This record gives sequence, C-alpha cells and structure tokens, in this order.
Amino acid sequence: MPSICLLFHVNKPRWLKHYTFFDIDHDHVYEDSERNIENLNTSAEKCYLPANRIMLDLIKRYKGDFRVAFSITGVLLDQLEKYRVDVLESFKRLADTGCVEFVGETYYHSLAYLYSVREFREQVMLHGKKIKTLFGQTPRTLRHTELIYNSALAKYAEKMGYHVIVAEGADKILGWRSPNYVYRPSGCKTLKLLLRNHRLSDDIAFHFSDPKWSEHPFAADKYANWIQSMNDTGDVINLFMNYETFGEHQADETGILDFLRRLPREILAHPDFRFQTPLEIAGNCTPADELDVDDYISWADAERDLEARLGNALQKDAIAALYSMESKVRRRKEAIFLHTWRMLQASDHFFYMRTKGLADGDVHKQSNPYGSPYDAYINYMNIIDDFSGYLGKKEVRN
Amino acid sequence: MRILMFGWEFPPHVSGGLGTACFGITKALVALGHRISFVVPGWPGEDFPSHVELISAPAIPMRAENIDAPDIFSGLQIRLINSALRPYLNDGQYEKQRRQSDLPLDEKDWMEKEVSRVFRASGPYGPDLIAEVMRYARAAGVIAADQSFDVIHAHDWMTVFAGLYAKEASGKPLVLHIHSLEFDRSGENVNQDIFYLERCGMVLCDHVIAVSNYTKNLIIKHYGIDPDKISVVHNAVSRREAPRVYHWEKDPDKKVVLFLGRITFQKGPDYFVDAAARVLKEFPEITFVMAGAGDMMSRMIERVAELHIGGNFHFTGFLQAAEVERIFSMSDMYVMPSVSEPFGISSLEAMVYDVPVIISRQSGAAEILDHVLKVDFWDVDEIANKIIAILRHPSLAEEIVERSREQLRSVHWEKAAEKIVAVYRLMLH
Repeated sequence: MPSICLLFHVNKPRWLKHYTFFDIDHDHVYEDSERNIENLNTSAEKCYLPANRIMLDLIKRYKGDFRVAFSITGVLLDQLEKYRVDVLESFKRLADTGCVEFVGETYYHSLAYLYSVREFREQVMLHGKKIKTLFGQTPRTLRHTELIYNSALAKYAEKMGYHVIVAEGADKILGWRSPNYVYRPSGCKTLKLLLRNHRLSDDIAFHFSDPKWSEHPFAADKYANWIQSMNDTGDVINLFMNYETFGEHQADETGILDFLRRLPREILAHPDFRFQTPLEIAGNCTPADELDVDDYISWADAERDLEARLGNALQKDAIAALYSMESKVRRRKEAIFLHTWRMLQASDHFFYMRTKGLADGDVHKQSNPYGSPYDAYINYMNIIDDFSGYLGKKEVRN
Repeated sequence: MRILMFGWEFPPHVSGGLGTACFGITKALVALGHRISFVVPGWPGEDFPSHVELISAPAIPMRAENIDAPDIFSGLQIRLINSALRPYLNDGQYEKQRRQSDLPLDEKDWMEKEVSRVFRASGPYGPDLIAEVMRYARAAGVIAADQSFDVIHAHDWMTVFAGLYAKEASGKPLVLHIHSLEFDRSGENVNQDIFYLERCGMVLCDHVIAVSNYTKNLIIKHYGIDPDKISVVHNAVSRREAPRVYHWEKDPDKKVVLFLGRITFQKGPDYFVDAAARVLKEFPEITFVMAGAGDMMSRMIERVAELHIGGNFHFTGFLQAAEVERIFSMSDMYVMPSVSEPFGISSLEAMVYDVPVIISRQSGAAEILDHVLKVDFWDVDEIANKIIAILRHPSLAEEIVERSREQLRSVHWEKAAEKIVAVYRLMLH
C-alpha cells in the first residue's frame, strides 16, 4: 500500500541591500528590510494564505486521509511573527489538525554543517525550540538545507535524536534502486532515510506551467494516473518541493492551485493509496536496503552536488571568510552579532554567486536581487568586511 | 554569393571598432565561401599591409579608374576610392586632410547643388565632408555598374549614399549595417544632416542590420523604422594567433586600470576620471591609464589636474595596434563607461587578453556578456566600487577571467557571418 509523502519547504530569502565599498565602516545595517517585507507580502498573498486554506480544506474533507509535512525556516517564522501574523495563524490552524508534521532544519537556512558542526547543531536546536513553541511539536525528521546529505550527516542526525532524514533521490546514489522505498543510512541503527522522487516532484515544481513540456497542459487526474500506475513498485512516493511553487513560482493563472486542490481526490480514488507524513512512513516501513553515501548530494542542478552554492572560487572565498569569523563572533557574546553572522549564512547568498549551470536556475531568477553573480559577491564581501571591522569595535551603538 | 560592400576603414587604418568589425565580418564571410568586393575611401600611397598592393589609382569617381587591391585573403578584394573620408573626422580635420592631399575638385559644382538640396550647410561635419560623402557615393555607382554581384552591404552613415547609388545602378538589394548612430556619437546635440542621412538610408534600404538590441531599439525609437526590417547581429572578436608576448610585464604590485577608446562624449571618459579620483582616495598606489585621443582629451587632462591625481593618471594619446596589445597585456582591468555604445568590441578584445572588464549597461556588448561587471555609466560610486572589488579580491578577477575564456569560445565572427548570410537570403529568396 504505497503512501504519498508531501513535504513542502517554506523559506523567503532575505535580501541584502546594495552595499558598496564606501559604505564600509559607515553603515552596519545589511538587509533591505523594505524589500524583504514586500517580498514576504507577495508570498503571503500569492502562496501562503491561499495554499494554506486549500491544505486546511483538504485535511477537513478527507478526515485524516490527507496529511502533509512542512519545513519552515526559523527566519521565515520570525518574519511572519513580526509582519504577517495572519499567515502564522494559518500554519497554527494546520498544526492543530494533527495531520501536519513540522520538520527540523537549520534556523537560518544555513550550510553550517559543512563548515561548523557546532553551529549546525545550535541552529537545528534553536529551530526545534521555535517549532515546539509555535506548533507544539518537536521535530523528529531532519531536512538539511538544499537537501544536502551524506552518511556522516545521517549518523550525526541519529545521534541528535532524529528518527528520519530526507534527501534527494539522486540517480548516482541509487543506481538501479528506486527512490520509492525507505532506506537505512549506512552506519545508522534506527534512522530512516526518505528519498525525493525528483521526476514526479519536478513535474509539479518545474514542468507544470512550461508550455514546451510534452505533457502540457497538465491535469491532476493525469498525474494521479502516473502515481497509481506505480502501485506495487514501492512503499512511498516522496514529493518534496518549495511551497512557493503553488501560486508564486507558478502563478495561480497556470492552474497550479487548482491542481493542488484536486490532486488528493484523484489519488485517493484508488483505495491502495494514502497520504502520510515522513515520521508516519518511517514508523510503518522497514528499510529495503542500506545506502552508503560518501560524497555530498543535494537537490540542485543535474549533477545533484554542491556546485550551485559552493562550486566556484567566489562562493568558496565568501563562505570561508564568513566562517573564519566564528570564534570572534562567539567571543563577543552579543545576540546582535550572532544573529547578523547567522543571517549572513543563508544558502541563498551563495546561490546568487553561481557562475555556471544556470539551466534550472530559471525558477530562482525572478527572485534574485542581483544582476550578476559578480555583483552578488562584491556586495556580500563588502558587508563581510564591514561586519568584521564592526566585530572588532569595543562599543556598539545600536 | 557575391557581395559588394562599402566601408569607411579597413585594417591597418583603424580608428574605431568599425574597421575591426569589417575585417572580422569579411574574413568570416569569405571563409563561408562568399566573395566580396570591399570599397573603401583611401589615398593612393597609403600603406596597406604588404600583402595588399594597389593596382590602379583613381582620380575622382565620375571618371574613376578604380583602384583594385589584390586579395588580403582569398575571396576578398579591396577597392580604394580616392577620398579623404575617415569615419570619425570632424570638419576641421577633413579640411586639413583635403588640402594636404590635393584632392581634385572638378566635380564640385554638381555636388554643391545636390548637397544644398539635401543638407543645410552647417553642423560639425560641415558641407565639405557631406559633399565628400556624395562624391564617394557617385564612385559607388560607377563601380556598381561594372561589377556583378548579388547583394550590396553598406556600413554606417558615410556609405549610405554609396549603397543607394549602387542599388539604383544595379537593382540589387541593399543591406545597411548600423555600427553606430548619430545619437550615440553626439548625444542630445545631434547633427540633423547626419541624422537625416542615416534615416534616409534605413528607410530606402531593403534591410537593416543593427549590432545590438540596444542599437535596434534606438533605431526604432529615434528613426521610426519598422522593427521587422531590423535584424540584430552582434559583433565578435578575432582570436589572437600570436602567443601573448607581453604577459610577463604585469607587475603584481602595480595595478593598472585602463580606459581605451576615443576620448569623446560618447565614451564617457569623464566618468572614468571621476571614478579614478574616488578609488585613488582609498588606494593611492593604483595607476590609471587613459589610452586614445579625441576632442575631450584636453578637458580630461585639466580635470585630472584639478583633482590632483596626475601622479597616478596617464594619457597615452592614440595607440597603434601593437601598442594596444601591449597596454591590454599590462592592465589589470578594462573600464568602458560609454554613455551610449552600440556594441563596444574593445571589451571583447580586453577579454581576449584575460583582462577583467567593467562595462556600462548602456552598451550592446552587455547584452551578450555574462562575465563582465556591469554599471550605469553615470554611477561613479558604483564604477569605483567595482574597480576596488577587482583590486581587492583576486578570486573575483580569476573567476571572471576563467568564465570569460569559456564564453569567448562561443563568440566568433563565423556566427555573425552566418546571421548576415541569413539576412542576404531573406532579401534574395
């Protein structure tokens, strides 16, 4: 009896303002707050509110047969608390149904695990606390930023008490195997691994509104047929994607919200299928095999590696400069410094610096504050420079 | 296909991007198997490269014995028309050259009539230069009458009448290739005669080729030409065949920031000087070089003195090809802050020399280059910010250079030539 596992990632990159060399030592405010509120409002109106309304309707209508999981970054939750309580309330109402799982991740949409395990741990715990406070759950499933994964991370997640970890169902780690089973990360005793079915996920997240796609126009019944034809070929179909897919990356006019509204009915029409959250699936399924993954994988690009964020000299230079400040930041023992440093860790800053392989970057293009990767790097490095100098100053005037 | 082509300049007599572009285009067209007669104004005795020899000398067009030069490369024939026309002359310079050259003026009468009919005798180029354009055009008619060809291809305003005469004489289609507009060169102080000539050419020709979308949009906006009549063919750059001779000269402790181009309103030299002053305040050890000549040069020298940055700011004057190669090799970055740049081939040339490039968004090259830094020409702080970024972050320069090399592989004249041939075929279908 295959399950459908929906996991929506919810995050709104916080843009930095235009910051030149001549601002260094004069201006210690780095974010473009006005623009960020504007972007948040756009997502709230186009996606979060209407999509959450649909989720709530579906949960009520199917009385527990429709279930869904969210991974919401801490920084987004902060923004919602501050500027869009209505959206936060709608997530809380979803939490109250008992049909929604909230998944753990870094608070600041960070790549910290790759540079500082201590920082990673602190951020994940901070995020867990936030989820507990707002939604009354303690996350037991871990999703690393950009679905970055390897076996060592899995071991660490198990040590931290997680029951499930999610990753990209990359062909290069699966080989002949199917992403539609639960796996056991090598070296782990209890942790279970769920792998994103990238083909079926991307059909919704990328291809849905593409008029050049051979399946266009795409309806929920067609999609449900594909999924139902996979009966007997697995235990779970993991559909992981950005929540902003619904109504923002793909506008309402494309029919994407309607698709979301209809899909559960079409899928549940087949009695063998049901929706479950990652934790429920892990509880019900035994691992089909052990998976050993040495090199990091992620959900980015055709290569599914770290190239999109940490591939070129600019990205490596920038992130090295950032993490080299860790001990200095911690010695300062001031919340404002720690917060600023963490804010600068957001994976998006490095994504904007990518200089090649722009093929699947189209979705992100519309939400990129920079004209070029070089502009992104120059802006970021100027800010890093100022922050570094600011850290060294004795008195802080806010 | 046989192409009758009209230009202003051809290497080695190059004062701007036009000659470079004509060289690249003709070479690629010939490589594709087409044959070209290239008609260019010039003086007998002017030294073309040794592999070009003048066969006969012209007097004036109406009784022209045309000069045929042997092939520069097989398939291209250069024909000189005795004329003082040079692409970027102003009237004063033209007068000087004309006197020096004993240009016979027997045809002056009909020209005067024709010119006064069409043009007001005023503006920076003056009636004599315009008259010279007409004379060149008459010669074109003569050449067109005794040549056989399939299509006429004319480059920029000075060859408009030549193209039109040739079209009239032969009945063959005329393609007008716009490398630069009066709007680019003169900003708001447009010379109405030149503007009229450009518009006249674009209205009467069969198809327009623009070197960028930027130029295409100017043509639509200011000249009212039907967008469907305009095709965009971006310029390219020739690979250097010789190995880098001067590479070793780069001194890592002495950073050089280069401006190279005509020192005129169009190229934005004043923004470069102001940005240099901004950078030198923070990094007093940097060297700025302004290479080229032009009517704003003395003003720029004064401005540099006013800003007290003369110690770090050098003017080279006009540079010959070998010196251009040398200055690119010595430079750590190239800045092209053009106010209005139809394309800007020099940015591609800088890339060939592994020099990181900062160009204005108001340029055609910006449309096709992903691995350059782009600025608005008026944003002096941002130009300075980007110059400083390249100076301070070696990984930035390295990444730009590496990706530029990759991108340059897909920027070549063969691609441009193929698009041009597609335009020809459209005319001949």
